[in-house]
Amino acid sequence: MLSAILPLLLNATLETLYMVSVALVISLLIGGPLGILLATSRRGELFEAPLFQLIAGPVINAARSIPFIILAVAIIPFTRLVAGTSIGTSAAIVPLTVAAVPFLARIVEGAVREVDSGLIEAAQAMGARPWQVVAKVLLPEALPGLIHGITLAAVAMIGYSAMVGAVGGGGLGDLGIRYGYQRFRPDMMIAVVITLIVVVQGVQMLGDWLARKADKRNI
Amino acid sequence: MIRLSSVEKTYPARRGTPPHTALKGVSLSVGKGEIFGIIGRSGAGKSTLLRTINLLERPTAGTVEVEGRDVTALPTRDLPLFRRRIGMVFQHFNLLSSRTVYDNVALPLELAGASKAEIAAAVDPLLPLVGLADKRDRYPAELSGGQKQRVGIARALSSSPQVLLCDEVTSALDPETTRQILALLKTINRRLNLTMVVITHEMDVVRLLCDRVAVMDHGEIIETGVTADVFANPAHPVTQSMLHELHSLDSLIDADLSAEEVL
Repeated sequence: MLSAILPLLLNATLETLYMVSVALVISLLIGGPLGILLATSRRGELFEAPLFQLIAGPVINAARSIPFIILAVAIIPFTRLVAGTSIGTSAAIVPLTVAAVPFLARIVEGAVREVDSGLIEAAQAMGARPWQVVAKVLLPEALPGLIHGITLAAVAMIGYSAMVGAVGGGGLGDLGIRYGYQRFRPDMMIAVVITLIVVVQGVQMLGDWLARKADKRNI
Repeated sequence: MIRLSSVEKTYPARRGTPPHTALKGVSLSVGKGEIFGIIGRSGAGKSTLLRTINLLERPTAGTVEVEGRDVTALPTRDLPLFRRRIGMVFQHFNLLSSRTVYDNVALPLELAGASKAEIAAAVDPLLPLVGLADKRDRYPAELSGGQKQRVGIARALSSSPQVLLCDEVTSALDPETTRQILALLKTINRRLNLTMVVITHEMDVVRLLCDRVAVMDHGEIIETGVTADVFANPAHPVTQSMLHELHSLDSLIDADLSAEEVL
């Protein structure tokens, strides 16, 4: 019995981890710079850009208000354009990324804003150029907060990835819906839920550990 | 070394607040190797004035000359290069918590693109100079306030600046630590013949450290002169009252007590 479940479970777990980690990396590459710009573009700040502030805020809020399951269905044409297909694990990365970009942008913005403005002033007084302020001061000083935030995003995306199962995305959610729900297999459902709990727990512990290692403020 | 001519700074009006003039035509000059103090109550404009020297604040009018060059004319992209010639020390230290003492002191050189060997050659002798040779690989969180300020001073010196700007550098420190930091600044001034501009609201800092002093009030310099002279014969009523405040707790208590009697 268990031996029948295990290979399915292992495969689904790998699929989930694959979807989430690829989507996380891509959305960090887009959402990270966006968040840094959000945190530094108000009047009198490093990269003053009032127009960006005016537009980016509402757009990000709008994107974040759309329920994920609706977003995943609504952007199917876009998914097909990018991934070549709208079904399967690789296709699921597209909606996951689209949902995670605005989320990560806000998380990065928050972490960067936490950095004491006195440090920015000190760096400028030393002759730092704006990109050096970002690379040498803002990002290293925000690192513990960034790791916490990225962990938060990763856990949220594991949750989302369970939903892409509903649109044929593969992974643990897909397994739970097809075997556990549609075939009335409570044992499979329980196994999926327990696996999700273990995965989330692991990601959170890893994030906490990395953040603690990066944090030199309380030694 | 430094010459400010009719420097003005006005912050434009924002929603709900009228325009605010922080500096109303300030002129002063500081000689090579001199320690120049600027004293005044909070809100007098000292901090803004200090920041016009390295153009962290751009004056709305007037000129700032450093080493004979009008720096107010510099385009923004040339500011980083100019600022490397001016060190700055802060009230709240502004050290990077993610860097060790050594790496904090190395930061200005790193920003200037110095090699690892150049950085080591500059930083290694600085740590003993500020008394932190044994704290090289510690993080700021492991240091006391006085030690943090020593790191701040070493960091400001690491790019071999011509001028050191000190922004209330002892205001977050206890009296004994204050004395040690002042002594360190004086030693550095003598050893490197470094020009220093020091702003403070503490009379003692001016008395112990500064060759000359300017007194600021409401965005203007109301009195300037050799420190001993200004302390002995304060000409302006504001200076007199600031000096008087040192001994004036009694009069405040008397006023409070008599107010109670009325009740």
